[in-house]
Amino acid sequence: MSNINRRDFLKGLSLATAGAAMTAGGIDLRAQDAPQSAGKMEYRTSRTGDRVSLLGYGCMRMPTVDGTRNGAVDMDAQMRLIDYAIEHGVNYFDTAPVYTGGKSEGIMGQCLSRHPRDKYFIATKMSNAWGDFSFAASKKMYLNSFKELKTDYIDYYLLHAVGASIESFNQRFLENGLLEFLLKEREAGRIRNLGWSFHGTKECFDYVVSLHEKYNWDFAQIQHNYLDWNHASGRNVNSSYLYGELAGRDIPMTVMEPLRGGALANVPEKVSKKLLERRPTDSIARWAFRFAGSQPKILSVLSGMTYMEHLQDNIATYSNFEPCSEQELELLERIAREMVEFPLIECTGCNYCMPCKYGVDIPGEFAHYNKCVKEDLMPLSSGDKEYRKLRRAFLVGYDRSVPALAQASRCISCGECTSHCPQDIKIPAQMRRIDNFVENLKQGREF
Amino acid sequence: MLRTIRIILAALTFTAITLLFLDFTGATHAFLGWLAKIQLLPAILSANVVVIVALVLLTLIFGRIYCSIICPLGIMQDIIAWAGKRGKKKNRFKYSYSKPKTALRVVMLVVMVIAVALGISAITALLAPYSAYGRIASSFFAPIYALVNNLFAAIAERAGSYAFYPTEVWGKALSVVIVAGVTLVALAILAWRNGRTYCSTICPVGTVLGFLAKYSLFKPVIDTEKCTKCTLCERGCKAACIDSKNHEIDRSRCVACMDCISICTHDAIHYKPVRFGVKKAKAATATAETSAPKASEAAPKADTGRRAFLTAAGLLAVTAAEAKVKRGLRKTAGGRVTFRDNPAPESYITPPGSGSHLNMHKHCIACQLCVQACPNNVLVPSDRPDRFMQPELRYNDTYCRPECTACSEVCPTGAISKITKEQKSSIQIGHAVWHPELCLAATEGVHCHSCSRHCPAGAITMVDFQTADGAQARVPAVDTAKCIGCGACQALCPARPQSAIRVEGHENHHII
Repeated sequence: MSNINRRDFLKGLSLATAGAAMTAGGIDLRAQDAPQSAGKMEYRTSRTGDRVSLLGYGCMRMPTVDGTRNGAVDMDAQMRLIDYAIEHGVNYFDTAPVYTGGKSEGIMGQCLSRHPRDKYFIATKMSNAWGDFSFAASKKMYLNSFKELKTDYIDYYLLHAVGASIESFNQRFLENGLLEFLLKEREAGRIRNLGWSFHGTKECFDYVVSLHEKYNWDFAQIQHNYLDWNHASGRNVNSSYLYGELAGRDIPMTVMEPLRGGALANVPEKVSKKLLERRPTDSIARWAFRFAGSQPKILSVLSGMTYMEHLQDNIATYSNFEPCSEQELELLERIAREMVEFPLIECTGCNYCMPCKYGVDIPGEFAHYNKCVKEDLMPLSSGDKEYRKLRRAFLVGYDRSVPALAQASRCISCGECTSHCPQDIKIPAQMRRIDNFVENLKQGREF
Repeated sequence: MLRTIRIILAALTFTAITLLFLDFTGATHAFLGWLAKIQLLPAILSANVVVIVALVLLTLIFGRIYCSIICPLGIMQDIIAWAGKRGKKKNRFKYSYSKPKTALRVVMLVVMVIAVALGISAITALLAPYSAYGRIASSFFAPIYALVNNLFAAIAERAGSYAFYPTEVWGKALSVVIVAGVTLVALAILAWRNGRTYCSTICPVGTVLGFLAKYSLFKPVIDTEKCTKCTLCERGCKAACIDSKNHEIDRSRCVACMDCISICTHDAIHYKPVRFGVKKAKAATATAETSAPKASEAAPKADTGRRAFLTAAGLLAVTAAEAKVKRGLRKTAGGRVTFRDNPAPESYITPPGSGSHLNMHKHCIACQLCVQACPNNVLVPSDRPDRFMQPELRYNDTYCRPECTACSEVCPTGAISKITKEQKSSIQIGHAVWHPELCLAATEGVHCHSCSRHCPAGAITMVDFQTADGAQARVPAVDTAKCIGCGACQALCPARPQSAIRVEGHENHHII
């Protein structure tokens, strides 16, 4: 196996610039240090028959010279990363006209054009949501992508960020005739796959999906990770739903935010402990990447890799790819519930909220709740294996810590305490949350 | 041998039934609850034909064995009597034969039948042996159990274990404790001194079974050839029913305890099947041998016993028919039938499953099993004279929680029929009434929607309201068609000392 690795490396060396080669020795050592990376990249097949690497390269953030987020892009480092990725089988590169302050397409054009065009797939987007969505301006944006990317066809073209509302979708793509135009471009072969990326409401998602019969979407891009699977926040839609709808229509998906903005690479200690216990040598991020690729209709999981070690870890994850087992999916679901539905309440017990006019022991409530969360005594769902035991512990412990007449059910949501809280805890809302949880347990409701 | 079996069985049932009254977690009811349901009076009241037939057959085969191994009050008296017999040998054989108090027995039985038929629940409750025991167990044994439990709970809390949790120790109503106390003291004195006096003279269940036992297949028989008339058996008989001089055993009082068989040093007493013909011939010879007045006394006794039995049978039929009619009414008229003759006082609330105030009133014998079983302490014995000691719902700081059907699961008499959680959610036992003069939202403009947020039936909506000083407020409005009367609003209302939203009980429950 290490032979293959070395050969790969030498091949990479021949392509790399001299400057890159000077530092590439370090890469070689790291590559040897990471024997998991040896193996074959996992590929998935698109509707048009492309064999797309399950690891896709997200090109929104790039390494910078000064190491800051918005600094000038370190072109050497970026080229090295892209070369290394291609050498290790990554062939899907996702950019957009609006990425990296508008520079992403141009930089990717430079990086990619040094490789044979049939070695990689380019994905870019119609980002007309960020300004003028007239036909002329949109077409200009479309044509500019070809120029920037130094190509005469785009493999994967996305209607960028659909989902805010049906109305805006219609304005951006239908009323101005843009979609008609793009469909013709697809027929002409300048767009090989036409799809869209989604952020937004279920209503709008359903609408765009329903247009499949008419427009025959080739793929879609969704936010997908083990938190969003069943516990999407805010105006997002559970990815289990998105996945189900799209997979049911045989539309493959590319994945954005597999780490949910990095949250799944840096998890609370009690969560990381559980994951490390299960797979001691795996990074925490690898769990999230493995999850995002575990569903068969996922075409590619996009990761914005700005550090070589991230790239290597991801290549290792998706080479000889091991999807999550049933038990692992269960564990991740548990963890997701814990992270999303049972966050700690930042109460310091300062007692400024007290006394409550209606007798609620506010700090006592939060102390009991936090104790159960911290010590893993929380029955996270009614299907929990230890549900009965945990339920009993929570309820018996609740009565012990807080007298019945001072419990959350006595909170009338008058809100007088809120302004006294230096931690800015929304006390009545938290009380309702705890009370509902207690009712779930007491009534034996499914949750 | 037979005595040992009897003692083992008695110990088992007594422990188990007592446990029913002690266990506040409801865990034992699942597998021991049937013990309350095989008690004769509860079986009659709930028209449980299978149990009644089984008990009648049991008695017709083995005599009043029910009184020795099933009735907890009987077993409790045996225990007290046993304690009273310990010590000197003189004590062990202190009983003597006494003549049957037939008149008293018949009177008590008639009183009982009338009380049940007319629904004078206080009398029924006082006379029923099972419910008398229930009150004693819940008033005196349960607190001890609760204290021990609370000790364990305190230890468990220190040790960080959740195996035990504390519970309420003291009885829920003083009246019940007093009644139970008087019953216990009276019975203890009687049993200590004379054994089964209560069972042989007062207990209406004993009287009914005693009548049947006279015709039982198995019975203790004195072998006149072996008997030396030493009187040991007579002095050892706690039911005072062995007339050793005349070789007579009054089977209507004998509780088949088998004590005499093991006491007899001459192997002269046997518990064996005696066919009717044989028995009659023997009885005839026996009466012929003995004095004439005895025979004349035996005749009316049998007669009254038969009458009593027929009355009991009639009562059973009436109860069964009534249950049927009521079920029909509930279905057809939506339960909107009003019983004008029995108007309920304001906010008298009976638990879901009880059907109506009348049904509760007629079937409940105040055994306190449901009161003990209620985990939320909302079911308490009533102090109302016409509902004395029968359970009613009181919502102070707790309410009748949606997930709980404990009382309906334990009730042996049909006063509270078994219901499921789902059924409970649609049984209207009363409805909430809002009292604006007490409501914090209406009087002080407090932003409060505790009642509407906690209503499990979704019957309370918040509506605009103008307070006395002209300010706008949101106050609760009750959709009485949806309200089930569970009392969540009342219990969680912040207005104190009196809640601003309170439940008024309905005479007839109905499905909404």
